[in-house]
Amino acid sequence: MLELKRLNSCYGRAQILFDIELELAAGEVVALLGRNGAGKSTALKTVMGLLQAVSGEVRFKSRNISNLSPYQVARLGLGYVPEDRRIFADLTVTENLEVGRQPPREGAPHWTLEKLFELFPNLGRMRERRGGRMSGGEQQMLAIARTLMGNPSAILLDEPFEGLAPVIVENVATTIRELKREGLSVLLCEQNLRYARLVADRACIIEKGRLCHAGSMAALDADPALLQRYLSV
Amino acid sequence: MLLSSVLIQFLNGLAGASSLFLVAAGLSLIFGVTRIVNFAHGSLYMLGMYLAVWLAERIGFWAAVPLAAITVGAIGALAEISLLRRIYKAPELLQLLATFALLLLVKDFALWAWGPEDLLGPRAPGFAGAVEIAGNAFPQYDLLLILLGPLVLVLLQLLLSRTRWGILVRAATEDREMAGALGVNQRWLFTGVFALGALLAGLGGALQIPREPANLNVDLSVISDAFVVVVIGGLGSIPGAFLAALLIAEAKAFCIGLGYSQATLVIEFVIMAAVLVARPWGLLGRMPVPARPGAAEPPLAPPSRRLRWTLAIVACGLALLPLGSGGYTLVLLTDLLIFALFAASLHFIMGPGGMYSFGHAAYFGLGAYAAGILLLREKFPMELALALAPFAAGLAALAFGWFCVRLSGVYSAMLTLAFAQIAWSAVFQWDALTGGSNGLVGVWPAPWLSSKPAYYFLTLLICASGIFLLWRAIYSPFGLALRATRDSPLRAEASGIDVRATQWAAFAIAGLAAGVAGALYAFSKGSISPEALGIQRSVDGLVMVMLGGIQTLSGPVWGAALFAWLQDAAARNIDYWRAATGFVILALALVLPNGIGSLLQAKK
Repeated sequence: MLELKRLNSCYGRAQILFDIELELAAGEVVALLGRNGAGKSTALKTVMGLLQAVSGEVRFKSRNISNLSPYQVARLGLGYVPEDRRIFADLTVTENLEVGRQPPREGAPHWTLEKLFELFPNLGRMRERRGGRMSGGEQQMLAIARTLMGNPSAILLDEPFEGLAPVIVENVATTIRELKREGLSVLLCEQNLRYARLVADRACIIEKGRLCHAGSMAALDADPALLQRYLSV
Repeated sequence: MLLSSVLIQFLNGLAGASSLFLVAAGLSLIFGVTRIVNFAHGSLYMLGMYLAVWLAERIGFWAAVPLAAITVGAIGALAEISLLRRIYKAPELLQLLATFALLLLVKDFALWAWGPEDLLGPRAPGFAGAVEIAGNAFPQYDLLLILLGPLVLVLLQLLLSRTRWGILVRAATEDREMAGALGVNQRWLFTGVFALGALLAGLGGALQIPREPANLNVDLSVISDAFVVVVIGGLGSIPGAFLAALLIAEAKAFCIGLGYSQATLVIEFVIMAAVLVARPWGLLGRMPVPARPGAAEPPLAPPSRRLRWTLAIVACGLALLPLGSGGYTLVLLTDLLIFALFAASLHFIMGPGGMYSFGHAAYFGLGAYAAGILLLREKFPMELALALAPFAAGLAALAFGWFCVRLSGVYSAMLTLAFAQIAWSAVFQWDALTGGSNGLVGVWPAPWLSSKPAYYFLTLLICASGIFLLWRAIYSPFGLALRATRDSPLRAEASGIDVRATQWAAFAIAGLAAGVAGALYAFSKGSISPEALGIQRSVDGLVMVMLGGIQTLSGPVWGAALFAWLQDAAARNIDYWRAATGFVILALALVLPNGIGSLLQAKK
């Protein structure tokens, strides 16, 4: 579904990503793990075209998307939910969703407002509420729902659990599993192993901009040395 | 004042508000989505006027108005596609420069197409008469305008809240990068918004023709009015623009009604200053989100060996020049040196300081007037007048700067424009002191400086040392602190820098230096007119700084040289020198987006 090949990326003159190789199969949930500043968000932004890769390739549905603008990437069916959610504060819930709306796509689930309000009953109860007047958890739901309105075949989630209350974390995790059942591929960034365990099939660890481990979630759990080395604070 | 005449003034104000609202709404929409401050917006209004007058003679008034508006909308779309699209990623000031070039092109196009004389428009058929309101005759057409303003407001609001396009426009206004990541194609959105904004400006102009003849000065006066309205109302807020247009137009109408018609020049800017101090983001505005996360400027490299040598050679050349050149070259070079200092002082706050000033001519002009007044009215010796005059400018900068450093970005820039306009109208109206529109004459240097070469050497000495001191200041601890406030006010504050005090001091220093340039200018010309502190002069300064490159050290000097030379050469040899200047600016902006100074910067 999504493939990163020897991807290098820079902020200004500082190189952040070094030869990242990563693969996301159809219907799979992969967690990109790493400490703060390891380059997780940068990886997602580069995939999305929000940052221009210096070298390397991003392939989506076997098509090279490295040189496309973000809107073109989104229109190919790759959704993106940013770390800080970036809800349009002046727009109501329905209007926020409208911004994300794209025509239905073959081979991807088709989302309507009603279907999304079923998935996120909370949002259904506040359709006319402005984005700026919602709690963090509600905004996270809205951010995911807004991206789903584009009927993506795969989505990138940047730290979807960050700053959420435990009960909301459980909600979001359920949603992600639900999306997987619908056939979506999910690539998510996470600092917290416990949260990643809730949803991920596989895990990749990124450290100082380099990929240093890739394997199943179970294998990672079985290797305390690895966890100790890359993820413990 | 009778109640009935209060009513009439009120209605006059309402009628005036409509056109103002149309222009301001377009400007606000365009800025909100594209983050481009469209200097050429007043030119679109002017085009609307001319086109409507021209078309009305051929197809009648009522067909001409919409057709003119649509044509202007199409022209706006064309300008967006062919020009602005290339510079959305460019620095903000470059965009400003490009739209300013557009303003020059449109002005000369209008001059070429319709000639220099004002064009009187037709009356609106069916609305040519007057109705009686409370015993006064009131034009029917004005009543129509009163209705039209709110109608357009409602239509715009519906468009923005009820259509998918409107929702996308609002989303992009808030966070265009996120809108893009959701699959919104910004290119066509931007073009559409620009076309709509241009159409509104064109409509505003076209509707104005029964009330006001089409003329070539309307572009600058409308753009400064529209800026004021947009800033008072809050950038990006359409209802805010309506409210502000109402406020301004009413204030103006009552000034005229009470017999203080001169005060109209000042009143809008006074209102703006008051509103901005109380509500920094305008009446209905919100704190703006930066269009892009603010990238820190690259550190300003110390002058390279190459640059030092170049400057040394240029200085020696300039010092030796009087030996071999005639009077005219010396006059031109004196001007050039003065402009170089003026540009360097503006660069000081814009480059290292990161504060935009659209009204820097105020300090230049105040320096010039102070010199003239000290010499003619107070009978000071010329040397003393020259030495003291800059402090008048410095004091004014201290006073205005106090307000300006409390705001940021475009708002602060608009406030500088407002203060410059206040200074201009004060000078313009204070006949007894400043000679009003005639200005001051007989401001000549002392006898020992009266020969051209002598005055040239004095100018060279003062300007070179002034520029040198400004450059030293940039690398001093104060300059470092100033650059820190530009790159990250929060971090600067956290490391113990008093951000406002630093910016305030920089503002005053820049004002002082501009005052020096102004005083020198006054004595070199022998006379001063209000143009010395007009909008045009401020814009000249901006163009010089931006031509030279905002983040280069020597940029303002090269920019001033090029600009002065261009203006002189073009004004003498080319009928349409504005358009020529515009083309050169556009070419430079597209080819050398970092300014000429970047060529001399040390290679990385």
